[in-house]
Amino acid sequence: MNVQLRDRPEPASTTTIKTAIADCDIHPGRATKDELYPWLAKRWHAHLETFGVHAYQGMMEGPPYPKAQPNASRRDAYPPEGGPQGSSLSFMQKQHLDPNNVVLGVLNPLGATGQGMRNHELAAALASAINDWQIEKWTSKDKRLKGSVVVANEDAVTAAKEIRKRAGDPNYVQVLLLSRNVEPLGQRRYWPIYEAAEEVGLPVGVHAFGFGGNPITASGWPSYYIEEMVGHSQCQQTALASLVLEGVFERFPKLNMVMVEAGFGWAPSLAWRLDKVFEKLRSEVPHLRRKPSEYIRDHIWWTTQPMEDPERREHLFQMIEWIGWDKLLFATDYPHWDYDEPSRVLPAGVSEANKQAFYLDNARKVYGVI
Amino acid sequence: MARHVVAAVDELPPGTRKFLEIDGRSIAVFNIKGEYFGLLNRCPHQGAALCEGPLIGLAQSSTPGEIEYTKLGEIIRCPWHGWEFDIRTGQSYCDPRRFRARAYPASVEPGTAVVKGPYIAETIAVSVESDYVVVDL
Repeated sequence: MNVQLRDRPEPASTTTIKTAIADCDIHPGRATKDELYPWLAKRWHAHLETFGVHAYQGMMEGPPYPKAQPNASRRDAYPPEGGPQGSSLSFMQKQHLDPNNVVLGVLNPLGATGQGMRNHELAAALASAINDWQIEKWTSKDKRLKGSVVVANEDAVTAAKEIRKRAGDPNYVQVLLLSRNVEPLGQRRYWPIYEAAEEVGLPVGVHAFGFGGNPITASGWPSYYIEEMVGHSQCQQTALASLVLEGVFERFPKLNMVMVEAGFGWAPSLAWRLDKVFEKLRSEVPHLRRKPSEYIRDHIWWTTQPMEDPERREHLFQMIEWIGWDKLLFATDYPHWDYDEPSRVLPAGVSEANKQAFYLDNARKVYGVI
Repeated sequence: MARHVVAAVDELPPGTRKFLEIDGRSIAVFNIKGEYFGLLNRCPHQGAALCEGPLIGLAQSSTPGEIEYTKLGEIIRCPWHGWEFDIRTGQSYCDPRRFRARAYPASVEPGTAVVKGPYIAETIAVSVESDYVVVDL
C-alpha cells in the first residue's frame, strides 16, 4: 500500500502536450485592487476609492449576469499565494504554460481596464496603466507571453495616441477591443483606432463582452446566464457586419482583425447572407468594392475557444473548410471556467499540417511572432 | 483489487473530503452526512480535477413551473465546465443532445425529468473498518 494524503491536490494540468502551442486568449488578473497604482497618478487613486468606475452599462459594478464559477474562472486555478484566478504568473506557468507547452500566450486583460467607461480621462489612464502593468508583471518576466494594447475605446482619438505610443514595442501583439460598444464597431467614431493599428502594424482583437450599455441580445435583456453565453456570437456578428459594411477594410486595407471568444460556426452563414443581400442593395453601400464575404475571408482570424462541438465531426470540418484552417487560432481562455483543454478540442481526422497551423503557425503569422 | 486505509474516522468528519494518491491514481474520499464516497479525481469530460468541485443538489422539473431540488450535497459539480455527477453512481446529467446521439438507453427514471448525460465518473468503494476509512481500489 502506498498512500499519500494531501489537503488539496497538487495543481497541474491533467495532460501533457508534446507539441508547442499558442494560446491566443489568456486572461491575466490583478491580485489586489491597487495593483495598478504604480502606473496611475495619485489623483486617480483617490478618485477610484471615492467614486469608483462607471461603465455605460447600467450595472455599476461587475458583470450583468452572475457567473457559473467564482470570478467566471476555474475553481482549481486559485494561486496558492492568494488572489483571484489568473493573478499569479508563477502559478499560471505551473498550471498552464509549462504543462501545456504554450510557447506563445496572448494576454487579454479584462475587468476595469478603461474600456466602456464614461469618465474618459480615467478610462485613458487605466488603459495606459494596464498596458504598463502587462509588461512589468507578465511579458518582461516570461518571454512566451505577449500583451494587448488596451485602449479607452469610446474616445478613439485618445485610444489612437495610446496605440502609437506603443508602436514597435515587441511586448504587444495586438490592439484589444470588446464586441459591445456604444455603437457598432464599424462606425466612424472608432476609425482612429483602426487607422493607428494599421499604421503600427498590429491586428485588432475583438473579444466578447463589453460595457457599451447595449444588452447581450438585439431584442432586450434575457433571463439567464446561458443566454449571455450564447449571445456573444450575435454581438460579434453585429460588430463584424458593421466593420465590413462601413467599409473599414476598404479604408484600412492592411488591417487584420481577430474575433476572440465568440465562436466561428456562424461565420459562413453570416457571410452567405451578407453576400446575398449585397447583390440587391449594392448601391446603398457603394464604398464596398468587393463582396462582404471577401473582406471576411481576407481580414478576419478566429480564436477557437469555446470550441464549436457538433455531434458529427464532419460538420465541424465543413465549417472550417469555409473559414480556412489558416484562419483559426487555438485559445484556452485560461483561467476562465469554460476553458478548452488543448488535447481535447480537435476530433480525430485532422492532418498534421492543419494541426500545426491551428495550434501554432497561424498565431505566429497573424501576431508576427517567430 | 487492494484495500487501502486512507484515514482514521476522526480525520474525516462529515462535510470534509480528503485527496489521496494511490498507485498513481488521484482520488478523493468524501464524508457526506456520515456516509463515505470515493471518486476518481478526474472529470471524464476534459480531465479536470473533478473532486475539487462544490457539492450541490439536483434541480429537476417534471413539468414546467415545478422544480424539485433533491440529492442535496450529493451532486458534485466540476470546477471547470460545471458538469454534474451523482456522487453515489458517478452518473452525469444534463446533456440531452449527446444523450440522443449515443447509446444510452432512453429511459426516464421515475419522478425525474432530467436526462442522464454521457459521462460516468469513476466511483470507488469506501468502507469503515475499526475506525479507519478504507477504500477498495
